[in-house]
Amino acid sequence: MGIWFSLVAVAALILLGLLGANVSGLNYIFAVVIPYIAITLFIVGSIVRIVRWARSPVPFRIPTTGGQQKSLSFIKQNRLDNPSSYLGVLGRMALEVLFFRSLFRNTKAELKEGPILTYGANKWLWMFSLAFHWSFLIIFLRHFRFFTQPIPFFVPFLQDIDGFFQIWVPLIYMTNAVILAALTYLFFRRVFDSKIRYISLPSDYFPLLLIAGIAITGILMRYFFKTDLVAVKELMLGILSFAPSAPSEGLSLWFYLHLFFVCSLLIYFPMSKLVHMSGIFMSPTRNLANTNRMRRHVNPWIDELKMKPHTYEEYEDEFRKVMKGAGMPLDKEESHVS
Amino acid sequence: MYGTGKVLIGILIFILAFTSPILINMAGGKASVKANPVLPQSGKCIESKEYMKGYHMEMLDIWRDKVVRQDIRFLKKADGSYYMLNGAKAEMSLTKTCMSCHDNKAKFCDECHNYLDVNPYCWDCHIDPSLAKKGVTK
Repeated sequence: MGIWFSLVAVAALILLGLLGANVSGLNYIFAVVIPYIAITLFIVGSIVRIVRWARSPVPFRIPTTGGQQKSLSFIKQNRLDNPSSYLGVLGRMALEVLFFRSLFRNTKAELKEGPILTYGANKWLWMFSLAFHWSFLIIFLRHFRFFTQPIPFFVPFLQDIDGFFQIWVPLIYMTNAVILAALTYLFFRRVFDSKIRYISLPSDYFPLLLIAGIAITGILMRYFFKTDLVAVKELMLGILSFAPSAPSEGLSLWFYLHLFFVCSLLIYFPMSKLVHMSGIFMSPTRNLANTNRMRRHVNPWIDELKMKPHTYEEYEDEFRKVMKGAGMPLDKEESHVS
Repeated sequence: MYGTGKVLIGILIFILAFTSPILINMAGGKASVKANPVLPQSGKCIESKEYMKGYHMEMLDIWRDKVVRQDIRFLKKADGSYYMLNGAKAEMSLTKTCMSCHDNKAKFCDECHNYLDVNPYCWDCHIDPSLAKKGVTK
């Protein structure tokens, strides 16, 4: 169900993109107007999402950790998995953002003959999602050769490393092959595993298919159906320096499809699960030091609820007479409130 | 909003990262500079301009394989006859054939290549013939 919905949605995007490429009156809208709308919606939408997260109070540190917390001096603390300092949190965030550490701990539950329920390490998801995300980042950074003049220093550097094997002309980039392999795995993981298929929604299939569409149109354009790259760069420079020019005749259908897919992704980004790009930095289980027992954490909405913290001192004041009558030990004989 | 300071720093980094192409173009001031390859005044290329724009690198790759691996040195037309260049059979050679008309590497090849940051490894071995005439060696 989810697959068919997503396939139809991507097919609709392809038809729209073809419309933009073939109807000359719509060229300007698809090559200039929609990219501006997409960039604006992407940036504004992402900020709205971040602010909305930041407005939710996190009253207590949530220590979903994978290691020993800070305790007595002779017990060794796991500083990265259960940090109690700001620096430790930075380390945990870096491991999470750059290497997906919590996904590395992913396990797979399987019901076997017997019936026996087994839990085993499952690193495939971690490996392919890491490959996917890093490839995507490198491909995005390589595209700066179309976005800017002068071209930043990292573009030739990345191109040299990515095309290291010097296979074919134009050179095959490793990331192009890797992102296709990773997308294939991530998609068919949802198709072939009945448990994952059961919990998969259109919002799981659609982004994978959309990104696959971007990657495939890009690869076809680079290696098989050439478009006028000078015209592409002139268009992108025009857009990104706020002096858009009319799209050249040399821009091919593949370019319009590629650009329209990217714009769709940018628009879809803030309103979908893809916003985990900024969300990962806002995860309370990752970005808070585990200081639950070291410091007192006051509920930030306590005033709104007209709740006052009730200390033991105040408790004793309230029940002193009763406690005295029952012969219970007291910290103070008289109320500290005069 | 909670943790306002840190969140604002995060949002600022986000904006800077994703508007960096715009910022680089504004700071560089070169966004309106266009690639302007100088074409030869006379002569006719062996293929159309549109084909050459997209596929010249593939053609040169095929030439290289034919010359180096199959010892087929001369360029044939579709009808089987040879291309002639200055009274001799034209070789499948970047420096001897293409660059006999497109004789200025800096003003022809490099214009678009630099504009798009393309670094073809042709020049790891080959040398611009005009430089060779001046006695420059690699």
